Amino acid sequence: MSVLHVTSPHVHRPFTMNALMRHVIYATIPGLIVLTVLFGWGTLINVIFASIVAIAAEAIVLKLRNRPTSFSIKDGSAILTAVLLALAIPPTAPWWLTIIGIVFAIVIAKQLYGGLGSNPFNPAMIGYVLLLISFPLEMTTWVPAYTTEGITSVPTFAQSFAMIFGSVDRDIIDGITMATPLDTFKTYAGNDLTKLQSASVLQGNIAGVGWEWVNVAFLIGGIYLIARKIITWHIPVAVLSGVFLFAGIFHTLDPDSYASPIFHLLSGGTMLGAFFIATDPVTAATSNKGKLIYGALIGVLIYVIRAWGGYPDAVAFAVLLLNLCAPTIEYYTQPRAYGHKKANSGIAK
Amino acid sequence: MSRRIWDIPGGIHPAENKQQSLQSGIIAANIPTELIIPIQQHIGAPGKPCVEVGDNVLKGQVIAGANGFVSVPTHAPTSGEVTAIESRPVQHPSQIDGLCIVIKTDGDDQWVNHSAINDYQSQERSYIIDAIRQAGIAGMGGAGFPSAIKLGIRPDTKIEQLLLNSAECEPYITADDSLIQERADEVIAGLKIMQWLVQPQETLIGIEDNKPNAIAALKQATADSNIEVVVVPTKYPSGGEKQLIYLLTGKEVASGGLPSDVGVICQNTGTAYAINRAIHYGEPLISRITTVTGDAITNKGNYEVLLGTPVSTLLSQADAKFDKTSRLIMGGPMMGFSIHNAAVPIVKVTNCLLAPTKKEIPEPDAEQACIRCGSCTQVCPAGLLPQQLYWFSKSNELEKAQHFNLADCIECGACSFVCPSNIPLVQYYRFSKGQIRKQEAETKKADQARERFEFRQARLEKEDREKEEKRKARAEAAAKKQAAKKAATAENTAASESGSTVSAGTESTGNTATTKLKSTWASATKRWKDAEKALKVAEKNGNDHIDALQKKVGQLKAKADNAKSLYDEAKLANAENADSSSSTSNLTTPITPEQPITPQQPATPPTNDPMQVLKQASADDFNTWKAAQQKVQEAEATPSDGVDIELLRKVEAEAKEKSVASKTAMKEARAKEKEAMQAKKAVEDPTKQLKLDAAITRTKAKKALKALESLGEDHASYGALKTAYEKAHTAAENAELALKAAEEA
Ligand code: SF4
Ligand code: SF4
Repeated sequence: MSVLHVTSPHVHRPFTMNALMRHVIYATIPGLIVLTVLFGWGTLINVIFASIVAIAAEAIVLKLRNRPTSFSIKDGSAILTAVLLALAIPPTAPWWLTIIGIVFAIVIAKQLYGGLGSNPFNPAMIGYVLLLISFPLEMTTWVPAYTTEGITSVPTFAQSFAMIFGSVDRDIIDGITMATPLDTFKTYAGNDLTKLQSASVLQGNIAGVGWEWVNVAFLIGGIYLIARKIITWHIPVAVLSGVFLFAGIFHTLDPDSYASPIFHLLSGGTMLGAFFIATDPVTAATSNKGKLIYGALIGVLIYVIRAWGGYPDAVAFAVLLLNLCAPTIEYYTQPRAYGHKKANSGIAK
Repeated sequence: MSRRIWDIPGGIHPAENKQQSLQSGIIAANIPTELIIPIQQHIGAPGKPCVEVGDNVLKGQVIAGANGFVSVPTHAPTSGEVTAIESRPVQHPSQIDGLCIVIKTDGDDQWVNHSAINDYQSQERSYIIDAIRQAGIAGMGGAGFPSAIKLGIRPDTKIEQLLLNSAECEPYITADDSLIQERADEVIAGLKIMQWLVQPQETLIGIEDNKPNAIAALKQATADSNIEVVVVPTKYPSGGEKQLIYLLTGKEVASGGLPSDVGVICQNTGTAYAINRAIHYGEPLISRITTVTGDAITNKGNYEVLLGTPVSTLLSQADAKFDKTSRLIMGGPMMGFSIHNAAVPIVKVTNCLLAPTKKEIPEPDAEQACIRCGSCTQVCPAGLLPQQLYWFSKSNELEKAQHFNLADCIECGACSFVCPSNIPLVQYYRFSKGQIRKQEAETKKADQARERFEFRQARLEKEDREKEEKRKARAEAAAKKQAAKKAATAENTAASESGSTVSAGTESTGNTATTKLKSTWASATKRWKDAEKALKVAEKNGNDHIDALQKKVGQLKAKADNAKSLYDEAKLANAENADSSSSTSNLTTPITPEQPITPQQPATPPTNDPMQVLKQASADDFNTWKAAQQKVQEAEATPSDGVDIELLRKVEAEAKEKSVASKTAMKEARAKEKEAMQAKKAVEDPTKQLKLDAAITRTKAKKALKALESLGEDHASYGALKTAYEKAHTAAENAELALKAAEEA
């Protein structure tokens, strides 16, 4: 008989962290497909490349920290970070951009804080923000979706590969990329209505050409996660409600300067953020009430930064800011325990 | 059915695995050659063995008596001979040994004389409850709480619901299920006895919907009664006592409270059956139904087994393949504990023996980091945040863990079950709970030690103060007489100017002293009265410090009386003085000073800026008292678990006493300080001071002499006074010498 003294419970649900991470990665597949269809192979190449870099980075740091390497890599968390970051950066992002972002995310934002479970900030978003601040040009230009007026095809696999791995001059890339709908809206809204109305990326669609499909795809993936009980509905619903409510209020007050709530829900990284990024368990609040507050504040911040901040999209900033608040939210949203008249709050007596 | 089911939060649906052990009816277990009966099979105090090695015992004979209120007797499960009373490995989760009575069975299974209680309803309830207790019945599901205590409710407690817990939510276990299927009538008969005992408004049986046969049996057995069978959805841990209570009644047992606080009593199925056997058959609890299951067992099933049967015996009867099993679990897979020694006996709470194969229940996977996925929060039936508790437990932040209600964790294991990181959460909680218990025990010990120390300190101080006061009072009383005499002498002999000054001075001193004595008396009386009051309160509350209080009251009373007599004496002396009635006396026995002594110091307040210290102490004590008072009020307003109001009250009372004492001390010190200041002002030029000194010391010496005279030589304090006089005399001489020297200079 084993010497190890095993205590109850003796049975365990056959569902491991690895499975959990795997399911999240599966859930990004619809979004990944749509991105590839609309913008070419770039995103897919980035996802794969980023995953390899992430595993390498994770392995090296684990080795340096004297931790069991293969055991930790198998949990799949590094790959998930890589996938989320790769989905967020433009399909034309050069290889070194990916490396910088991933290494920063894995090494600095995660491992240096003590590894999985101990990082206060969402690693993928830390990587993303670093890139956005350091390389704003590369980070804000996308190839236009092929459904955009005047665009007839997406880059081929070879083209995408060449763009990413540097055999294509940056000028050429810049020549074929253009600002995202959110960016365009930000530039013209409120001051140049004609341009706003004629901008090709905003033509004829609810949320800018192509992006509504991306967001719908991520929404589908998100619903899958909720259905599989990988995440609960609280954070996504709260995030989306936050965005919707604020966008709705300002759009009603001044439709010319403020985009419609539907535009906000279906453009940029809203859905990816709501279902995949804000729900990163390590850095979010955990009680149901806490999740609602956490999500709603992210939603509000997304809108506030989009509308009045210096960046066209704001998911990363909003999530990171709320990561900061998560522990505090946690302390003040303790659920009421059985047999107690009211919930405790605060840190300790 | 119209009855509402209150869904419990969280919960899980582990694989049930119940069918395996339900393939046959209840199987009678063999009588083993040796029975090992632990004297503690229940929560509370272990029993006291009342047989000796070599004794022959009969089935059902008491072999260990109850020892205290929370205790039940233990009976011999069959006839045989007691071969040992010794420490043996028992069913304890931490694998410690316990005292056991070992019986070598004789195979006759011969009963001791026993008889049923006919028509229990015509008996006193307390008689029936005692019969249940004497039958050794303790809760047969969980912790083994003596059933008689649960049923022995105070007459003013209104029980609204009596619940029979037949949920049996743990996977694998079917002991209650099979018992109900086969003996529903007996279970219900037991339940009816309890019903009669506690007179509930309604009686409900909670059972999970995965036991259709048992439900049918219960429905049939309760058809003509007012007992209601309530079917609840299958979900672990709906069979937890608190969970079942909520499911059926929507009531929550307050944290740290008892079900009876909310008018509910919840009893186990096996307990009901045992009560039926005890009352209707006169049989004590000596056997139980235990599920023996797991893939390593060939003959899975429910065995009716004598308590004390070694696990190994039962397992061999069930044909267990020991080489195949990964571990041996006593209890279910969710809350049971693994045992490492098959020699341990089956006891009252052993509802299941689980011998799974390695494939069935593999070794646990390695623990990974908590990713705060929140799965555990979603399933916790107690509404806790298991991952926070885990973090706090891991970092040993016990205070935070307590703040996050660690104490309310029922250790159901639902959180560990779902944790994707394979964290043995419950193990962490058990450890932390153990730490907290240890810490609390230590603080309690330390507190008691401190209390004792402070009490002693206070007593010593008080004694010192009393001595000092007595001494002063005596000296002053003597002074008065002396002064009176002096005045008389002064008149008679037309004393010099300085003499009359001194006389006038002493007179006024005499008056002040009387006033002081009066206040001493008053305060002593007050203190005595206060103490008496405290004593009365304590007597009413049944405090265990009554003896000490009584003694204190006695002391204070004596002190008050003493002060009063001193005051009276002094008043009398003053009156004499005022009358100027002459009282002549002769110094018949002049006493020669033996050694030079420095002038006697008046009682000085403590050094080191004493006022400041005293003030601070007084303020501190006052604050402590107020804080204690507030705590008491809080505790009274929101009674919660772990807060002993009695203790708080005691602390408060003590703090108050201390505060009052230190305040008095401060006031006294302040008065003294004032006196000292005045004295200082009076003496500016050195000769004047010396003169005054000389006068004072002279007076003192005379006073002392006078006092000495007034006492007989046989008086108790004669010796002390004599010394005092000698001192004073020498002091006077020294002062005079000093004065002369100064004048010459
Ligand atoms: S289930 Fe496990 S990993 Fe998830 S939050 Fe709870 S303890 Fe952490
Ligand atoms: S073991 Fe404790 S913390 Fe875990 S689910 Fe059960 S009650 Fe909640």
